[in-house]
Amino acid sequence: MDLVTPNIGLVFWTTLCFAILLFLLGKFAWKPILAAISEREKSIESALSMAEAAKEEMARLTSENDELLKQTRIERDNILREAKKVKDQIIAEAKDAANAEGTRMIERARIEIDNQKAIAMADVKNQVATLSIEIAEKILRKQFEDQKRQDQLVADLLKEVKLK
Amino acid sequence: MINGSILNSKIFRIFLFCAFFLILGGFPKLAFSQENAPESKEKKFDAKETILEHISDSHSWPFAFPFVEEKHIPLPVILYTDKGLDIFSSGNLYPEGTVYNSGKNSYKLEGNKIAVVDAAGKIDEEAGKKVMDFSITRNVISMFMGVTILLIVFLSISSSYKKRQGKAPKGLQSWLEPLIVFVRDDIAVPNMGHKYTRFMPLLLTVFFFILLNNLMGMIPFFPGGYNLTGNIAVTAVLSIIIFFVVNLNGNKHYWKHIFVPNPWWLFIIMIPVEVVGIFSKPIALMIRLFANITAGHILILSLISLIFILNTIWVSPVSVVFVVFMDAIELLVAFLQAYIFTLLSALFIGMAIEEHH
Repeated sequence: MDLVTPNIGLVFWTTLCFAILLFLLGKFAWKPILAAISEREKSIESALSMAEAAKEEMARLTSENDELLKQTRIERDNILREAKKVKDQIIAEAKDAANAEGTRMIERARIEIDNQKAIAMADVKNQVATLSIEIAEKILRKQFEDQKRQDQLVADLLKEVKLK
Repeated sequence: MINGSILNSKIFRIFLFCAFFLILGGFPKLAFSQENAPESKEKKFDAKETILEHISDSHSWPFAFPFVEEKHIPLPVILYTDKGLDIFSSGNLYPEGTVYNSGKNSYKLEGNKIAVVDAAGKIDEEAGKKVMDFSITRNVISMFMGVTILLIVFLSISSSYKKRQGKAPKGLQSWLEPLIVFVRDDIAVPNMGHKYTRFMPLLLTVFFFILLNNLMGMIPFFPGGYNLTGNIAVTAVLSIIIFFVVNLNGNKHYWKHIFVPNPWWLFIIMIPVEVVGIFSKPIALMIRLFANITAGHILILSLISLIFILNTIWVSPVSVVFVVFMDAIELLVAFLQAYIFTLLSALFIGMAIEEHH
């Protein structure tokens, strides 16, 4: 029975000790300790979430970079293709122009040649005519050197007139 | 291979260390009893008396060293009598049965209690009722030590929290922080919700007070060797504190639950049941802690007493093996009871402050 009968002295001292302990620890130990623990937990939490955010940002940047790179590549290909097209076009145009010019020049040359030929022909004709006249003059002069012949000619001519 | 590793293992060395002390503890009485055997009639070893003496409070601190007779360190006796405070050393009352006259009353030790005696040396029950014993007993001294240890430990780690603000814990701090966080996250928060902060100092103090005294009680020699948390007065005070905290913080839902049963016509049964419940909760707390710790001490002491009951040293290996086994279980119980007391306190407070929606 002694064992389960609380002793008033021990009750008193326990109450006193516990009250003092509770007061001192509550004020000088638990409060700062709990505050420090929760503060540290908060800072760890925020550091973790910041790290997570940074990771996401990093991933976003990387994917953005990739996207950019892809776009750039496409653009480069486009530019190259465009350039090739332009080049081909320019070459084709140049070829056409050269052809046209050539044709034109050939045409002009032919016209020139024709002209020159015509002029030369006209000249030749004139000279032939002159020569023919001169030759005819010379022949006539020779034929009409003696009288007999002149007479004979007149006689021939007259014969022809008579016949008509 | 296997034997070698057992010899080298730390647990085995600790086991040997404990066994050594337990065997040493056995020697003085054995030597003493053998010396006395031829002279007087061998004093019969009374296990019940010895055990009860060990687990209850006393006015002196027994000191046992190997091969030396058991010594008692006298402690101050403080008595509040109708003639004023009476303070003297308990050394005046030893050896047991010595009558000491302080000038106000005559006293003598009756078991662990101080009794008032009349001139003829007979115990005066009437006068004894007027005397209240506020002595610094073994348990009070051990409680002072426990409180001092708690204050030193927690004030020092509190300062290291201030010094190492925001940094990882170190040393003692890292050893105790898991326990503090455990009390907060596994005891306070689940039972009390967001209003837990107000009760954290109480719960932490209760937890560490019980834990430290449970553990100190398991140490068989000087700094420990007492039975503080297995003393009904101590557990009663702790439970009364919890009782007041629960009922002074009880909100209107708590009181409505007690006095306005649903359906209302059950009040004849429900109100008495609920009112009994208010008191039975702290009483259960008180008895659980007291009984668990006392039972552990009784078990260990019984196993050691086996050596003296059978009066042979050859039974000591058996006792030592069982005591080490029981000590391991008591170590678990020390933590478990501190946890359960705190958990139930948190639960009761949580029930009293719970908001119903």
